[in-house]
Amino acid sequence: MSNEKIQAGLEKYNASVEKATAKFPERPNLPEQRLYTPLDIKDTDYADEIGFPGMYPYTRGVQPTMYRGRFWTMRMYAGFSTAAESNKRYRYLIESGATGLSCAFDLPTQIGYDSDDPISEGEVGKVGVAIDSLADMEVLFDQIDLGKVSTSMTINAPASVLLAMYIAVAEKQGVPADQLKGTIQNDILKEYAARGTYIFPPRPSMRLITNIFEYCSKNVPKWNTISISGYHIREAGSTASQEIAFTIADGIAYCEAAIKAGLHIDDFAGRLSFFWNAHNNVLEEVAKFRASRRVWAKVMKERFHAEKPKSMMLRVHTQTAGSMLTAQQPNNNIVRVALQTAAAVMGGTQSLHTNSRDEALALPTEESVMIALRTQQIVAYESGLADVIDPLAGSYYVEALTNKIEKEAWEYIKKIDEIGGAVAAIEKGYIQKEIQDSAYKWQMDVESGAKTIVGVNKFQIEEEPPKGLLKVDASVGVAQCKRLAEMKAKRDNDAVKAALADLKKACQDENENLMPHILNAVRTYATLGEICGVMREVFGEYEAHVNL
Amino acid sequence: MAKVRVLVAKPGLDGHDRGAKVVARALRDAGFEVIYTGLRQTPEQIAEAALQEDVDVVAMSILSGAHPHLFPKVVNLIREKGMDDVLIIGGGVIPETDIPALKEAGIAEVFTPGTPTGDIVDFIKANVK
Repeated sequence: MSNEKIQAGLEKYNASVEKATAKFPERPNLPEQRLYTPLDIKDTDYADEIGFPGMYPYTRGVQPTMYRGRFWTMRMYAGFSTAAESNKRYRYLIESGATGLSCAFDLPTQIGYDSDDPISEGEVGKVGVAIDSLADMEVLFDQIDLGKVSTSMTINAPASVLLAMYIAVAEKQGVPADQLKGTIQNDILKEYAARGTYIFPPRPSMRLITNIFEYCSKNVPKWNTISISGYHIREAGSTASQEIAFTIADGIAYCEAAIKAGLHIDDFAGRLSFFWNAHNNVLEEVAKFRASRRVWAKVMKERFHAEKPKSMMLRVHTQTAGSMLTAQQPNNNIVRVALQTAAAVMGGTQSLHTNSRDEALALPTEESVMIALRTQQIVAYESGLADVIDPLAGSYYVEALTNKIEKEAWEYIKKIDEIGGAVAAIEKGYIQKEIQDSAYKWQMDVESGAKTIVGVNKFQIEEEPPKGLLKVDASVGVAQCKRLAEMKAKRDNDAVKAALADLKKACQDENENLMPHILNAVRTYATLGEICGVMREVFGEYEAHVNL
Repeated sequence: MAKVRVLVAKPGLDGHDRGAKVVARALRDAGFEVIYTGLRQTPEQIAEAALQEDVDVVAMSILSGAHPHLFPKVVNLIREKGMDDVLIIGGGVIPETDIPALKEAGIAEVFTPGTPTGDIVDFIKANVK
């Protein structure tokens, strides 16, 4: 059919709709355009913009066979209480068919404080596992073969220290560093913009990150050195377009910093990975995944002149949207997570964490985690969604939406370039303000009823308080502090002192790569708090300024 | 009548302040004078800020599970400083079973996920001294 014929048909259709809606109005608060046709994607060149899986611009996926080869990695984020307790949960997950580990650390660990620091009071072991030194890391991975498992660690400001501990545990298991597979989040820019677990100011933080890129490219070549994260930006309230735009802008900043430090783009870009949110609007999410791959491929090729295909591939881990879970009627969350899982899979994710139904209330119980993992397995094995690659390509709507999200992302990236890049845009509060405005709009839409959340502002019922929630006892903190004191009494304190003094000197010399010095300190059982303390002394701490 | 002054505070180490910022803005739009502390405030810093800013209400948000420890500590410090009339409320990911103990400790009301911001505005208007 020619475009003229389609146009004529569309006009006829629109006239009929006008008549119909005069009598039966449509529901309020819908997107303006009700129907998509070939006209909406008439300017999209298939070969240039959509293409084939495993080929530039990777709109249809980064691998040629996608899930026909193997499914995405089912990676459940877990960790709480002590290393011994979390080790048990990890082994339970591996036995249940999880194919990768994902470590959650408690807040003191994420901010570089030991469990016995006064500031850690009340937080030890709460949102993740407490790691004070190599001794805890040894327990965390006890009986888990680091040569076989791939491990993702949600750690940012002190990522270098936790990675060093992981390498040191592997050494003790007899696994060489070049065999290690996994990811550190290591994305400090989104910490300033959205997640809040920063320590040092941007400049030394960027140095630590580029030090890791350089060290790993030589010594831990299979390690994903960063997971550039839109997840938390979305959780903080951004839109889908903002999620990928701000994250890719962060990615550009990391590449520029690494190039400035003397690295070649193709030496590190292949180890960059991304982290997206799988939110409620299924088709918008699928379009977001597709658009993000296309934008990143173009950034790498046109802006950074990367040559290796791997450098241009946006590989992504996904987590379902925690902020979309409701505390009301928590079993409804199982259904939300299933739809979000479908979106991530049709979007072509490389790995996935599915949230548990009870996470708007507390940390998940084992039973809830099992349902969340089973959700992935049902989508993988039963739904058929993983059998054909990029199944929604060619949908007039999904292709048009992919184009729209890409366009909006480019506009934001241009704006951030004009401000002076992601670091400057964060320092000026621009990105934070954009996110806050979107978050506020969302909340007001829910409160006005423009947006319906089932069980929250519609279909509410009287509920009994939920039973059987997981609780981390305050005694965990006490026990962890005791363990730490015992470890400190046993270690060679002179060796610790010498290693910390050496690290301090290295911190002061900007040309020095800090990784070998941190690894050295970790091996002496210097604690996370001691190591980060030295860096705090030299680098100072970041202070946020909030404009409401 | 003078505008009601509210300190929105993030005690503890968690960086999740979407809720705190949305509430801060909703309270401001409702006509209150709002001061937001930013992240990682110790109980001492929050009590001191409440005193310095001469606020009528302290509204705290925690999503890490540290509320049983930190909320009561802030209440005690605020009362120790002689701010007997300050209305102290809390919110975040807080299991219902924890709420009675928090109220016992002096938290006037606890707002959990899904609460419309209007409920918080109404509660403050009805209870501020």
